[in-house]
Amino acid sequence: MFKDIIIGQYIPGNSPLHRMNAPIKIILTIFYIIILFFINNPISYLAFALYTFILVLVSKVPLKMILKGIRPMLWIFIFTAVVNLFMTPGETVWSIPIFKFTLNITSEGIIQGAKMLYRLFFLITGTSLLTLTTSPLQLTDGIETLLRPLSKIKVPSHEIAMMMTIAIRFIPTLAEETDKIMKAQTARGADFESGNIIRRAKAMVPLLIPLFVSAFRRADELATAMEARCYRGGMGRTKMKENKAGIIDLKGCTIFVIALLVLILLEILVEF
Amino acid sequence: MIKAENVCYVYQIGMPFERQALKNINLEIDDGSLVAIIGHTGSGKSTLIQHFNALVKPTSGKIEIDGINVTSKDADLKLVRRKVGIVFQYPEHQLFEETVYKDIAFGPKNMGLSDEEIDRRVRESAKMLGIKEKHLEKSPFDLSGGQKRRVAIAGVLAMRPSVLILDEPTAGLDPKGRDDILEIIKKLHEKNEKMIIIFVSHSMEDVAKTAEKVIVMNEGHVEMMGTVDEVFSKSKKLQEIGLDVPQITRLTNKLKDAGYDLPDNIYTVEEAAEAIKKLAGGVRNV
Ligand SMILES: Nc1ncnc2c1ncn2[C@@H]1O[C@H](COP(=O)(O)OP(=O)(O)OP(=O)(O)O)[C@@H](O)[C@H]1O
Ligand SMILES: [Mg+2]
Repeated sequence: MFKDIIIGQYIPGNSPLHRMNAPIKIILTIFYIIILFFINNPISYLAFALYTFILVLVSKVPLKMILKGIRPMLWIFIFTAVVNLFMTPGETVWSIPIFKFTLNITSEGIIQGAKMLYRLFFLITGTSLLTLTTSPLQLTDGIETLLRPLSKIKVPSHEIAMMMTIAIRFIPTLAEETDKIMKAQTARGADFESGNIIRRAKAMVPLLIPLFVSAFRRADELATAMEARCYRGGMGRTKMKENKAGIIDLKGCTIFVIALLVLILLEILVEF
Repeated sequence: MIKAENVCYVYQIGMPFERQALKNINLEIDDGSLVAIIGHTGSGKSTLIQHFNALVKPTSGKIEIDGINVTSKDADLKLVRRKVGIVFQYPEHQLFEETVYKDIAFGPKNMGLSDEEIDRRVRESAKMLGIKEKHLEKSPFDLSGGQKRRVAIAGVLAMRPSVLILDEPTAGLDPKGRDDILEIIKKLHEKNEKMIIIFVSHSMEDVAKTAEKVIVMNEGHVEMMGTVDEVFSKSKKLQEIGLDVPQITRLTNKLKDAGYDLPDNIYTVEEAAEAIKKLAGGVRNV
C-alpha cells in the first residue's frame, strides 16, 4: 500500500507538460485549484474533468499511475463523503435510526458530498500531475523563483524551497522504508491487519520506532553529505540551468486562459 | 523442504516502472541443507527469499514449504511465517524495544508462548548468538552495529524456525564480525540437523567457507545450482555474469596455469596453504 503513494514521484518524459517552465506550471496548478473550488454547475464540472483528462493524455503519464495515487487517500474520501452526507442540513431523503439517534441523509448532503469528492479527486489529480511531470530539482527551483520576491522581507525563500524538495524527495524513500520494516516485523509475527483499533495502534509501535530512528539517521546523513559538498544555503548560489520561459509556456498559458474563459462562460451562461 | 515451481514475480505490475524480478524459478532445497544464494546486484535474491515465507506472493507459479502450498489463498500464513524465519538485510534497523531482552522476545510473544517458554528461548538464542547476559537489559540502541545485528538474528532464531534465511548477514561488518556471524551460521547448522539455513552473500570467500550448496542467480533466474565445488569450478561462467570465484581460487588457478600441480577445488586460504605446503614439500624431496 505504501508503494502506491505517488506524490513526489517523478516520471521522466518529454511531453509538453514536462518541458514547461516549472514556476509557470506551479502558478497554473494554483489557479487550477482555485478554479476547482469556484466552479459550481454540472456543465463546468464536466468541462473541468474533460480538461484534466486531456492534460493527463498530453502528459503521457499512464492514467493508472494517477488512479493508483488516489488509492491511499481512500479513507479521507470516505470520511469526507460520510461527514457531508450526514452533517449537511436540508431535506431528509432517508433516515437511519441508531439507538436513540436518527441519522438523516439529506438531498443537500448527497450533492455536497459528491461535490467534495469531486474536488478532492481533482485536487489530487492536478497536484500529482505537477509532481509527476516536474523533477524535484525543477520543482524547488520553481518554488524558489516564486518566493524570491518575498526574500526582500526576510522570508528565507531558498531554505523553504530546499526543505520542501527534501521533504518531497523523501516521501517515496520513507514509503519504501516503511514497507521494508513492515515486512521484517511481519516475519517476526507482528500483525498489522487484525484486531480492534487499540490493538492496531499498539501494533504500530514496532513499525514507527524503527521508522523514526531511520528518518533521523537519514536526516543526519543527508546534512553531513550536504555540508561535505559545501552547501551553505542560498547566498550567492548560481544555477547551471536557468529556467527561462519559452514558446511552449506561452502556448500552455494561452490554452489555460482559453479553457478558463470557456469555464467562466459556462458558469455565467448555463443556468441550473 | 522448500520447493519452487515456475515461480515468476513482477514488481509494480502495469506501471511504468514495471520490472520482472523473477523468471521461472524452479528449485528444491532439502531439509538440513546449508545453502548460499549468490548473484549480481538486482538479480532477484532478496525477492526470491521473501517468497519463502509468503511476504511476497508469486505473480505466477507455486511455492511449497514442508508440503504446505504457500501460494494458495487459504494457506495458514501465520504457520508459514513461524516455520520460516527471515533475517532481512541490515536487520539492526528493525529493533524497537526498550531492552535487548524484550526485542528478542517480540517474535516468541507474537507466537503466544508462555512466559517461561519465552524466557527460555530468549536466553537460549542470546547465548547462541554470543550476546552476554548483562547486555540483555540494555537498550538495543546503545549497542554497536555488529551487536545489534546479533540481537536481530537472535530475535528471529527465538521463534525456532525450521527454515532460517539471512539476507546478506555479513554486509557492512568488519572481518571479525563477519567471521563471527559465519561461525554462528555453521554452528546453527551443526546443532540443528533438520534446519534449512539459507544465506545471501556477495562474498565468494564467505560462501566457500560456510555453505554446502550454492544457488547462483542471474537477472531473475537460477543460473546454476550445486555444491560449492560444482559452482566454483565454472569460473568462466561466473565471471560472465559479473561474479567470481574466491580470490584464493583465482590465485591457485593462475599458479596451475603456470605449471604448478595444484588441485582444482581450492576455495579457502587454509586449503590453499595446505596444498602449497604439500607441493613445496614434494619439491624439496626431489
Ligand atoms: N519494491 C520494488 N519495486 C520495484 N522494483 C523492485 C522493488 N524491489 C526490487 N525491485 C527490482 O527487482 C529486482 C530484484 O531486486 P532484489 O532486491 O531481489 O535484488 P537483489 O538480488 O537482492 O539485489 P542486491 O544484491 O542489491 O540486494 C531489481 O532489479 C530491483 O530493481
Ligand atoms: Mg538484496
